[in-house]
Amino acid sequence: MSILITPETKIMVQGITGAFGGKHAGLSLDYGTQVVAGVTPGKGGLFFAHGDVKVPIFNTVAEAAAATGATVSAIFVPPPFAGDAILECVDAEIDLAVAVTEGIPVKDMVRVKRAMEGRKTRLVGPNCPGLVTPGTGPDSTGGCRIGIAPGYIHKPGHVGVVSRSGTLTYEAVYQLTVKDIGQSTCVGIGGDPVNGTSHLDVIKLFNEDPDTHGIIMIGEIGGSAEEDAAQFLADEKKRGRWKPTAGFIAGRTAPPGRRMGHAGAIVAGGKGGAEDKIEAMQSAGIVVAESPAQLGEAVLEAIG
Amino acid sequence: MNIHEYQAKTLFAKYGVSVPPGAAAKSAEEFDTALAELPEGPTMVKSQIHAGGRGKGTFTDGYQGGVKFCPTKAEAKEIAGKMLNNTLVTVQTGPAGRKVQTIYFTAASDIKKEYYLAVLLDRATSWPVIVASTEGGVEIEKVAEETPEKITKVFIDPAYGLADYQVREIIFGLGFEKAEAKNAAKLIRQLYNCFWDTDASMIEVNPLITTPDNEVLALDAKVSFDSNALFRHPDIVALRDLNEEDPKEIEASKFDLAYIALDGNIACLVNGAGLAMSTMDIIKHYGGNPANFLDVGGGASKEKVVAAFKIILGDAHVKGIFVNIFGGIMDCNVIAEGIVEAVKEVGHELPLVVRLEGNNVEAGKKTLADSGLPLVSGDSMADAAQRIVNLVA
Repeated sequence: MSILITPETKIMVQGITGAFGGKHAGLSLDYGTQVVAGVTPGKGGLFFAHGDVKVPIFNTVAEAAAATGATVSAIFVPPPFAGDAILECVDAEIDLAVAVTEGIPVKDMVRVKRAMEGRKTRLVGPNCPGLVTPGTGPDSTGGCRIGIAPGYIHKPGHVGVVSRSGTLTYEAVYQLTVKDIGQSTCVGIGGDPVNGTSHLDVIKLFNEDPDTHGIIMIGEIGGSAEEDAAQFLADEKKRGRWKPTAGFIAGRTAPPGRRMGHAGAIVAGGKGGAEDKIEAMQSAGIVVAESPAQLGEAVLEAIG
Repeated sequence: MNIHEYQAKTLFAKYGVSVPPGAAAKSAEEFDTALAELPEGPTMVKSQIHAGGRGKGTFTDGYQGGVKFCPTKAEAKEIAGKMLNNTLVTVQTGPAGRKVQTIYFTAASDIKKEYYLAVLLDRATSWPVIVASTEGGVEIEKVAEETPEKITKVFIDPAYGLADYQVREIIFGLGFEKAEAKNAAKLIRQLYNCFWDTDASMIEVNPLITTPDNEVLALDAKVSFDSNALFRHPDIVALRDLNEEDPKEIEASKFDLAYIALDGNIACLVNGAGLAMSTMDIIKHYGGNPANFLDVGGGASKEKVVAAFKIILGDAHVKGIFVNIFGGIMDCNVIAEGIVEAVKEVGHELPLVVRLEGNNVEAGKKTLADSGLPLVSGDSMADAAQRIVNLVA
């Protein structure tokens, strides 16, 4: 089992005819993921060719969903149009929209997030590496890969991974795999200040997933999403519900007032600092890695 | 992106926000023309730099105060001459200070009372929020800490915009007098419109003032914009002042590299923002000091690596370089070739430790080893971090 996606999940790619979207649609197909449709307005009726596979392209998300049964969309649309692409998924009642696009204006996301309230669609991202549920084939193929993560570093198993970062997530997954610790699902929620799914949302899903036996939560400076998730875990623990959890916070050495690459990674007005987050996580009983080289060890320590 | 006070007030004026009459000068020759635009009488002289604490700042030649009240225009001209091209050090500039290249003259206002007003994004709700306080001229963080009851906050539903009752909440919350209320309400609305229309990330007016004539004016103005939205605001891009930015950061932005200068001596070159922050952290963890944050992007292309090396080596404080790359999709060997080429092209003699991991890593490590370059390959992130710290120590 896993959360949000399984190897059977059918996905569409918005922006499949762009270089970035096309490359990663191909890599997902290689991984064994069911990429069943592409969406590029004006290119409906054409096909996206990858080796022997031909993926039909549609003009709209609704058409793609109706014709192929795709329930998830990976969004690789350029930033000025990405907010609109997410709204199109909401209108078509897609289960999950994964926005990989980096650089969407904050105001667009503020409006999109408001428009999504009470609607069926869940958003992961934007500015995120996406999700992977590893498969049982060689190098974890046969799984579901949505987004841009390297598939081969994964290994099927029982640790849930949630993170705001891209390469730091790969680092964590790789450290786990090398230590022979497999993953149930890895979720990159993205580095933007306004995003769809939070650390807390993903942790709730992991808590409910019988096949996830432990969790690693990787956060960074900015906002208070890690504190919220830690508080939830602490409250759950009091009710006797607990899955071993490890964590890490990037940006202990970041200067205040500066955005560290990610639009959301900023310590502003004395808030969003790494130490507060680490303290909240430790007091919730999370094993916090001292350095990014010890992510795998922290998980081992947490699960005992 | 940040802009100067005088630019922010010009922008405010476009939205109808009342500001004191003012004019900017970029050279001593422009002082008379600028002052001619103001009424006779008391005049403020304000150094224009992108940093707060100007009034309490000190110039490097010992002159005190980057914002001055002058009883006459003649005096204002004299004081402006002392500030222009002088370097102002404030609590926010760091010890190096900033060179004042623009002077802003404004008519001095009669102040009845000072307030604080800001519009920004609340991250917890993902809604815009207006933060207002009766404590004008005081840092809002201090007010929030010591007297939170003096702060009024309204969260604005992006689907509906700022509602009338919310404007009233601020007016009553701050205790504006009846004769001032209409002007205050107008200004709050105009500031919010300015925030929303221009894709600002923050508008801060500290202080906002009332006058004996019941006028409500923005006496100071600090505005920053969402960089992601600049593509739809060419008029705002035109306000960018490159003199206010670190030249290395400007160079980095040309290559789409995220670079932030820090004060340590170990330069970092990393792919991905999260890993780049963590790399700074691990250097510190082993007792070193990072010289910068640098994200070359998830793909770490050769062109970007070359540009990144050049920028890093432009920092005279750098005593060693730590390259930390996780090649996920990207072939580590391609990255290694890029590093070798970059080092050969820019030529340097500093200790260099490279940690590569991921796709085709063995070939990448072999490329580095066979290059004949004096670089050290780290076995792991921890090993590599310790090596560079030891080499620089």
